[in-house]
Amino acid sequence: MNNTNETKLLEIKDLHVSFFTPAGEVKAVGGISYDLGYGEVMGIVGESGSGKSVEAYSIMGLLQSPGEIIGGSISFEGEDILAYDKNQMIDFRGNKVSMIFQNPMTCLNPVYTVGNQLVEALRAHNKEISIKDANQKAMEMLELVGINNVEKRMKQYPHEFSGGMRQRVMIAMGLICSPKLLIADEPTTALDVTIQAQILELMKNLQKKTGMGIIFITHNLGVVAEICDKVSVMYAGKIVEQGGVDDLFYKPAHPYTLGLLRSMPRVDAEEYERLIPIEGTPVDMLNPPDGCPFAPRCEKCMQICLKKMPPYVDLGNGHCSACWLRVKDNIKNEEAQNNG
Amino acid sequence: MDDKVLLQVQNLRKYFPVKGVKGPGVQAVENVSLEIKKGETLGLVGESGCGKTTLGRTILRLHEPTSGRIVYGGKTIYDSGDFDLPVLDKEGKPVLGKDGKPLIRKSKKESANMMPYRRKMQIIFQDPSASLDPRMTVGEIIGEAIDIHKLTNSKAERTEMIRSLLSDVGLNTEHANRFPHEFSGGQQQRVGIARALAVNPEFIVCDEPVSALDVSIQSQIVNMLEDMQASMGLTYLFIAHDLSVVRHISNRIGVMYLGSMVELGESYELNKHPLHPYTKTLLSAVPVPDPEKSRERRRIVLEGDIPSPMNPPSGCRFHTRCPYAMPKCKEAVPELKEYDKNHFAACHLLDK
Repeated sequence: MNNTNETKLLEIKDLHVSFFTPAGEVKAVGGISYDLGYGEVMGIVGESGSGKSVEAYSIMGLLQSPGEIIGGSISFEGEDILAYDKNQMIDFRGNKVSMIFQNPMTCLNPVYTVGNQLVEALRAHNKEISIKDANQKAMEMLELVGINNVEKRMKQYPHEFSGGMRQRVMIAMGLICSPKLLIADEPTTALDVTIQAQILELMKNLQKKTGMGIIFITHNLGVVAEICDKVSVMYAGKIVEQGGVDDLFYKPAHPYTLGLLRSMPRVDAEEYERLIPIEGTPVDMLNPPDGCPFAPRCEKCMQICLKKMPPYVDLGNGHCSACWLRVKDNIKNEEAQNNG
Repeated sequence: MDDKVLLQVQNLRKYFPVKGVKGPGVQAVENVSLEIKKGETLGLVGESGCGKTTLGRTILRLHEPTSGRIVYGGKTIYDSGDFDLPVLDKEGKPVLGKDGKPLIRKSKKESANMMPYRRKMQIIFQDPSASLDPRMTVGEIIGEAIDIHKLTNSKAERTEMIRSLLSDVGLNTEHANRFPHEFSGGQQQRVGIARALAVNPEFIVCDEPVSALDVSIQSQIVNMLEDMQASMGLTYLFIAHDLSVVRHISNRIGVMYLGSMVELGESYELNKHPLHPYTKTLLSAVPVPDPEKSRERRRIVLEGDIPSPMNPPSGCRFHTRCPYAMPKCKEAVPELKEYDKNHFAACHLLDK
């Protein structure tokens, strides 16, 4: 997918993650590949159960039993992180990559003050730092994420913060060790639109200031359009389309992406238009269909779609899509060239 | 849609008393008046905690109002008394006094038995899995409403009714024997809708019916609600925080902030020419799935959080966060006034 040989911040190749449940193997992530450059913001879009969070947990080494990485590689700045031992992993988490979650209330400990938790996060990864310096740094971070009155706020407990403020604390905690990559797992889904706007604005500014890479997991295409440089669309554990944000929104090449775009009511629409939904229900991951996972819901489904998973077709500019229609287009183009 | 008003709400208030705190407690709904015409969809938007759900439930009297008046289909279902009403003669025309003005009487306290109205007014809840009893099969859940209102005479008729309801909402008839956990979120919401439809209602409060669903499923449910409205002549009060969905489905939209209605207007008009500063912020905060537009767009970012409804700010409740607040806004509560045809707003700025 990329032609250059320079080291990327993150490279994932053919990652497979399965959950071995009593009912059978669930292939939550079925062979995804992508890379992320320094300072890039990548969106991962997909419905619930499409494997977008599982994939993020694999990068962080946070997969829990019965989940297992059964194939593929994840390398961070050229180093294979799947080969890391426990201590290396502890050093890697927080210092190099950190993660913020959807629901800030369940991620903050209710019985410790916010200051206490920030200092803990810092001192866990930086043993040399004195408590005084750590406190100072924690206060700086809170100021950076736009919290006023930090000295008082440091001594407060999570329940004394509103939802938006808690998410700011989570971001401060994620950034306190200056990671190079931040994974944000639906950070604004639980928030109101006005607060969501504040948090997105904050993340954009922090990204510019620190130059970190961000993986932004969401199901909201509006948020993606706002903050991301490139996007991967996931369906049933596979990336079905990937590309720059403009390519994906203006030239969607996969019927699922197109379906998502058409099924959303838009706030900027001039007049009433009936929505065009994607019919059917998401895939049962215990018994995924053969071939393209989207085929049973696809209105342009062909014979081959039900039998074989389509290969990735490069559409130029890093834009690629896994759909037999695009393969067909390519063949047609070639024929036209040969004939003409 | 005809011009007949189906539901009229006047100066509705709902306060929740808080233990150990003096005063009225949480002022969830403060002085809200609205009318919904037959066959219309009125959307309600606002941030969480703005009282939109409480308003919906208070209208159904699932919460008992603190004060105000609710009239449904010409019949008063709640009245805290002391409202000015025209005196009507036997034909329903206002009686004129000696000076040629209509006579006014004060309304009496009233609270109707809601049982007959439950058949006409129904609700669809936000969280489909939490609003279905996990121990009951889907058939029992839908059948319960039929039994309570004694809508069928025989068992066969009842089964037939459940089947037709299930197929109306796009489920298979054999799904009646399954339990809620066997369904996906979208299907559970369909069950919730079938339950509301079981009594053949006229008016449905849709309380965030699509917020918990995935995007691709959201549009299926929205389209289904639209189709049902067209075929059964339903009237909706559609509550959601997602302005794009509300704008899509509603004829008119009411914007709420901290318990008060700040703007009310036809949905496309309100989106094109918002009057109230809060509506403007809300509109600018909705992310647009269009990279170029979102790069160009300037967004009004509100400072701070929504104040506590326990001690709401004096005067205009929005003045603490409003970028254009004037001294007057702190003192006087702005009235909801008509500034354009059918476009109401409550803001002192507009009076200048």
